[in-house]
Amino acid sequence: MYVAVKGGERAIDNAHRWLEDERRGDRKVTDLSVDQIKTQLSLSIAKVMAEGSLFDPELASLAIKQARGDLIEAIFLIRAYRTTLPRFGVGKPINTDKMIAKRRISATFKDIPGGQLLGPTFDYTHRLLDFKLLADGSIDEFEPGKDTEQMFQHVTQFLNNEGIIETEETSSSEADSPDLTRQPLEIPANRALRLQALTRSDEGFLLGMAYSTQRGFGRNHPFVGELRIGLISVEFEIPELGFNIEIAEIEISECETVNQFLGSKIHPPKFTRGYGFVFGQSERKAISMALVDRALRWKELGEVSDGAPAQDEEFVLYHGDNIQATGFVEHIKLPHYVDFQAELELIRKIRKTAFEAKKDE
Amino acid sequence: MSNSEEDFNFAYLDEQTKRMIRRALIKAICIPGYQVPFASREMPMPYGWGTGGVQVTAACLQETDVLKVIDQGSDDTTNAVSIRKFFERVAGVKTTENTGKASVIQTRHRIPEQVLSEDQILVYQVPIPEPLRFLEPRETETRVMHALEEYGLMHVKLYEDISINGEISTAYAYPVKVNDRYIMDPSPTPKFDNPKMNFCPAIQLFGAGREQRIYAVPPYTKVISLDFEDYPFEASRAEKTCEICGATNTYLDEVVIDDKGTRMFSCSDSDYCNSRKS
Repeated sequence: MYVAVKGGERAIDNAHRWLEDERRGDRKVTDLSVDQIKTQLSLSIAKVMAEGSLFDPELASLAIKQARGDLIEAIFLIRAYRTTLPRFGVGKPINTDKMIAKRRISATFKDIPGGQLLGPTFDYTHRLLDFKLLADGSIDEFEPGKDTEQMFQHVTQFLNNEGIIETEETSSSEADSPDLTRQPLEIPANRALRLQALTRSDEGFLLGMAYSTQRGFGRNHPFVGELRIGLISVEFEIPELGFNIEIAEIEISECETVNQFLGSKIHPPKFTRGYGFVFGQSERKAISMALVDRALRWKELGEVSDGAPAQDEEFVLYHGDNIQATGFVEHIKLPHYVDFQAELELIRKIRKTAFEAKKDE
Repeated sequence: MSNSEEDFNFAYLDEQTKRMIRRALIKAICIPGYQVPFASREMPMPYGWGTGGVQVTAACLQETDVLKVIDQGSDDTTNAVSIRKFFERVAGVKTTENTGKASVIQTRHRIPEQVLSEDQILVYQVPIPEPLRFLEPRETETRVMHALEEYGLMHVKLYEDISINGEISTAYAYPVKVNDRYIMDPSPTPKFDNPKMNFCPAIQLFGAGREQRIYAVPPYTKVISLDFEDYPFEASRAEKTCEICGATNTYLDEVVIDDKGTRMFSCSDSDYCNSRKS
């Protein structure tokens, strides 16, 4: 007679041991060090830090190693760790005017004070496989010029001086910036909360959403007013000291878009803005975020929604989190046989009734 | 980053988080069937694996508790094993497979066959807490519908089922009305289990982690499965006998046992089945 399968516990233990073995791979090849990941896979680390909402390159590297390079799995490890950390307080608003940028470009002006600074970008590389890297080719060190040691005024500020673009409002209190990781998401959300959700949203999801607005689902023609990547300091006020101290220097990507305008014959039109901000060098996501931010702002800017997905706050904010998404999508591989049994009974019963009805005809 | 158990607070969550969850639980108990938003945390298992249930259990557990975890009615299924091991590790509580000996039972997709008692808590893992979700995808809308007790859409859905299929074609997660007020999703338990919720002596708590909702049914509360006078609710099961213990009144699993497709039926509640066998 059939005996119900026992041994789930042993199966799980063995699965974990097998997983570890596969992660390590061929023992003849040197073990990948966390330092190697940290220094050579920095764009993966940027994604893990941004979507894990934790700026810590070392832990992100560890997570990538442990997750065998599966970045969503790595993000999940970071999130699960992050949520156990106490929250000491709220840092001072960071000022990206004070960024030491390694990349800073504007698509709206040919030249800008301080100049266009390309920085370490893939943009103008030819995507040809570099077979030299197979042979472990050594690379000369690069010394950036003096241009990279200065601070730049924001490009949109030049437009703002003319009054031709809307002014960003600064939030006046902490209450304006709720913490998504400590309060349940409730809709409608204010812009601060939306931006918070967007910056930890899945890059691929945001990219798709942003792309859809460019193709006409919620059309909103953007220019990249400025894209900048670089280091900024994070300050925190220690009440006992009574002044701010610098607690970290972090690399971030920031994108400001200039979008089509509001206004009429009576109210002088103004350009509007979209804003993107992401940990690490992550400009694809920063640009996407700015586009989606702008698309979501239709109501406060007095526009009419096309009903496009990217304009739908509930749709975007509820579905952009890749840890929630991957969990729910993948959970259907867990046993569901009890419910399936209930469906089986139901469909058999309905079919029986249908067959009998047919017979009677 | 060490893995020693001392690094975790009792039952994994920090006390602030537990307090936040307990507050949500108390509110949920006070308004039976109402979905209380709570600041769900990322747990060390994925969303969809029972993070809501795990957080509720963690907030309820005390050192003297005895925990039972079931999935599909069985203590042996992989996810039940995994969650039980998690609490053994981070809370050090006693665990049991014996329904009668457990003070807290976390479940996915089943309610134990044995009648629960007043000193027990049943914690359900919930994927989609909103019973109206598949009729109205927007949370902003469904919250208003609950507030106004505007449940016509649900009754129309059940009516349409009957007009198309001759009966209500919901076999699990069958909607209930709690305390004559809120329509509630009982979690994806087969509708066979619905009557067990009505005037249940145990506290029933529901945790939906990804959706950030907690709801509850206090002890001895009216829980009625939605139906029509001429199409009364029916707690259906396979009309078979358990081939292991001979039970005729339990919910059965249908297991394919050979390549010819021969079926065998046995109790889904493994503890109930074992207790009758011995």
